[in-house]
Amino acid sequence: MMQGASCARLPDGRLHCQHGPIDLVIECWGEASEVEHAYAQATRRFASVLEELVAELSALRSPIRGDTRTFAGPVARRMHDAVSPHARVFITPMAAVAGAVADEVLAALVHGRSLRKAIVNNGGDVAFHLSAGEALSTGVVANIAAPALDALASIDATRTVRGIATSGWRGRSQSLGIADAVTVLARSAAEADAAATLIANAVNIKHPAIVRAPARSLREDSDLGDRLVTVEVPALAPAQIDAALAAGVDCAERMRAQGLIEAALIVLQRRARSVHGAASLTRAA
Amino acid sequence: MTQPLSRDPEDALSPDDSADTSDASGEVVRCDACPVLCRIRKGQAGACDRYANEDGKLVRLDPLLLLQRRVDAGGAVVPFLEPGKPWDGRLISASNTFVTGVGATTTYPDYKPAPFIVASKAEGVDVVTVVTEGIFSYCGLKLKIDTDRFLGPERAAVRAAGEQVGHVTTAEYGSQMLALGGVRHLTGGSKKEGSVTCEAMLKLANREPVDLAIDGGASLRVQAGAAPIVNGEQELRMRVGCGSATIGIFAKQWLGHADEVIVVDDHITGVLTEHQAGRFLCMRPAGIRVRGRRSTPGRYFKVAEPGQGWGGTDITDPLAIIDRIDPKTAWPGLRLLMVSTTGEDAEFFVLDAALKPVRAPMPAPLRAVVERIAENCEPALTSVLFMGGAGGSLRAGVTENPVRLTRSVRELVTRVTCGGAPVYVWPGGGITLMVDVLRMPERSFGYVPTPALVLPIEFTLPIAAYREMGGHIDSAVDLETVLREGRWRAEGWRDGNPWPVTTK
Repeated sequence: MMQGASCARLPDGRLHCQHGPIDLVIECWGEASEVEHAYAQATRRFASVLEELVAELSALRSPIRGDTRTFAGPVARRMHDAVSPHARVFITPMAAVAGAVADEVLAALVHGRSLRKAIVNNGGDVAFHLSAGEALSTGVVANIAAPALDALASIDATRTVRGIATSGWRGRSQSLGIADAVTVLARSAAEADAAATLIANAVNIKHPAIVRAPARSLREDSDLGDRLVTVEVPALAPAQIDAALAAGVDCAERMRAQGLIEAALIVLQRRARSVHGAASLTRAA
Repeated sequence: MTQPLSRDPEDALSPDDSADTSDASGEVVRCDACPVLCRIRKGQAGACDRYANEDGKLVRLDPLLLLQRRVDAGGAVVPFLEPGKPWDGRLISASNTFVTGVGATTTYPDYKPAPFIVASKAEGVDVVTVVTEGIFSYCGLKLKIDTDRFLGPERAAVRAAGEQVGHVTTAEYGSQMLALGGVRHLTGGSKKEGSVTCEAMLKLANREPVDLAIDGGASLRVQAGAAPIVNGEQELRMRVGCGSATIGIFAKQWLGHADEVIVVDDHITGVLTEHQAGRFLCMRPAGIRVRGRRSTPGRYFKVAEPGQGWGGTDITDPLAIIDRIDPKTAWPGLRLLMVSTTGEDAEFFVLDAALKPVRAPMPAPLRAVVERIAENCEPALTSVLFMGGAGGSLRAGVTENPVRLTRSVRELVTRVTCGGAPVYVWPGGGITLMVDVLRMPERSFGYVPTPALVLPIEFTLPIAAYREMGGHIDSAVDLETVLREGRWRAEGWRDGNPWPVTTK
């Protein structure tokens, strides 16, 4: 049986929206009536997001190669726009789905409202709104199995960053690489999501003990088809870790030079490298 | 009805591309839990990690919901589970556990035994509970909205997001009834009408608020168990009675403090000294004639138009309903109380030398009665009853001879519950039932894209009767086995719901 989209307030007042695989936690700050109206707007927008995506799902799951496809749904268009600059490598719009949903719901949340600050967190891919003078502080946990605060990002309203996304081989999404976590700051959550996916794919080395399996053997509907995705990573020697990190840094630097991302933090087995310009992303003490 | 179900619910379970996805071996199953419709290979989970393919069967990683009854142990009530708290890991007693259909999933095709056929003991007799989630393509909601305000003319269309999802039906005492859903809106109209209807019903049944607009009437926000919001204003109280009934209840308490009381009501406005109640108290006629059509002495229909003002009329100045004041009967100094049927609106007047009503401070004894009217008004609520027909093919999951199940329900041998909540089964053919959604566990309802609603339904009956009706007796498992092997969570039994597992 199907459960429809559901939106409910958490005991602390935040809004939780869930439909199928989408789980959003939304929080905003401002006048009480503005906050209530904002939550109502987000709830209305969320109701049809999944159906809109499903309507174009097969196209969204196929790779883009500089094609001129257009999508009908606003979330699908955000996904396509976010992955288009990366068309030289294998990527499907699905690489940006979580971030694009966060961006779309954030846009509905703040539309016409006066809010100091707002956050839409879609399972770690975060879109946020900052009014002048506000800032966002966020922590990065690289390995959910051994949680520790690996990095802190602090973004104030003068920066252009409005999206954060994390990708890696752990967790629900699949990765071609071995990074525990690649966290990216970009103009939107969709752009951050697409970039984090690709940088995480690039963090890689050849190693016989890394277990990989065809994506479809793990998830029948995977947009990665029969590409090998990482299932298990053994403890690696420092030199191997550094080599894998360096591959990720190269990729991230190229994206930063093209203006696609603001900063990235790449974590692999307790070693980390960061790529950053204006926005700060600092290693936690 | 012609072709009410051109799309059968089962069509929705196996969409048009079923040929390339359905797989008799169960190697890949199509999950229908959300619109993504993931194809899930054996041992894999869907995109949400909430559903998985376990040995060719789609299983919900969300567990089956059990309800736990508190038992009386030597006089002291021992709670097995505190309502609202998760199960603490102790083994729970089977004799006080009821397996609900929440999380049971459905079976397809229908002739397969229901997902759970659970044998337990009650009063020393073996009892079977057949547990499933039923797909109700014939279903609707009946809403009782406690308000005196005019919501819309009878038969007017009720809309959600612009689509007609139901209609205004009868006005009841202090309430307006709406009928939502039904197979004509679900599958008889446009695709959008069906999906909007299904979504509105699903939300209401799962206790979420829904915005409705009535053609030629009000806009509403309704939610089961919450006060209705009519045109942006939250309804507070039901009226104590119609205007005439209010006169009948409070006449004696006004005597000596007012010379005339007019209770303003959209249905029947009451005028005390003309009313039987005033005459019985030998009150002097006041000569104040209200507008509208006199029904019987002291009772007037249509004193104004329906609206959002006093007593469900469009009146904001109560003097507007006074047609004339008879100089031969009325007298200067006459004390007039005007009050609405909820006590929310009240004003006091004294006639001056020209017999014109002049506003005056309300004397304390009258204020006290006005407050008593308000006190006697119950909180205004929206009640949501689900109504649907379980007389169709879902019976095949219970027995090979479905009509025997219908008869057994009718003879009260088989008890029907929805998520453990008692249901009312309509007389006549079929198993057409009604259930109060507030007595069911939270979020009991789902849907299939037919569109149709899905909800838990349980049939409980003595095992002998089950055997006799041709039940799937070989598929029955002990409750202990369900507890030991199943993936489940438990909640406390809802006080006020009768325990269904009995032999009587």
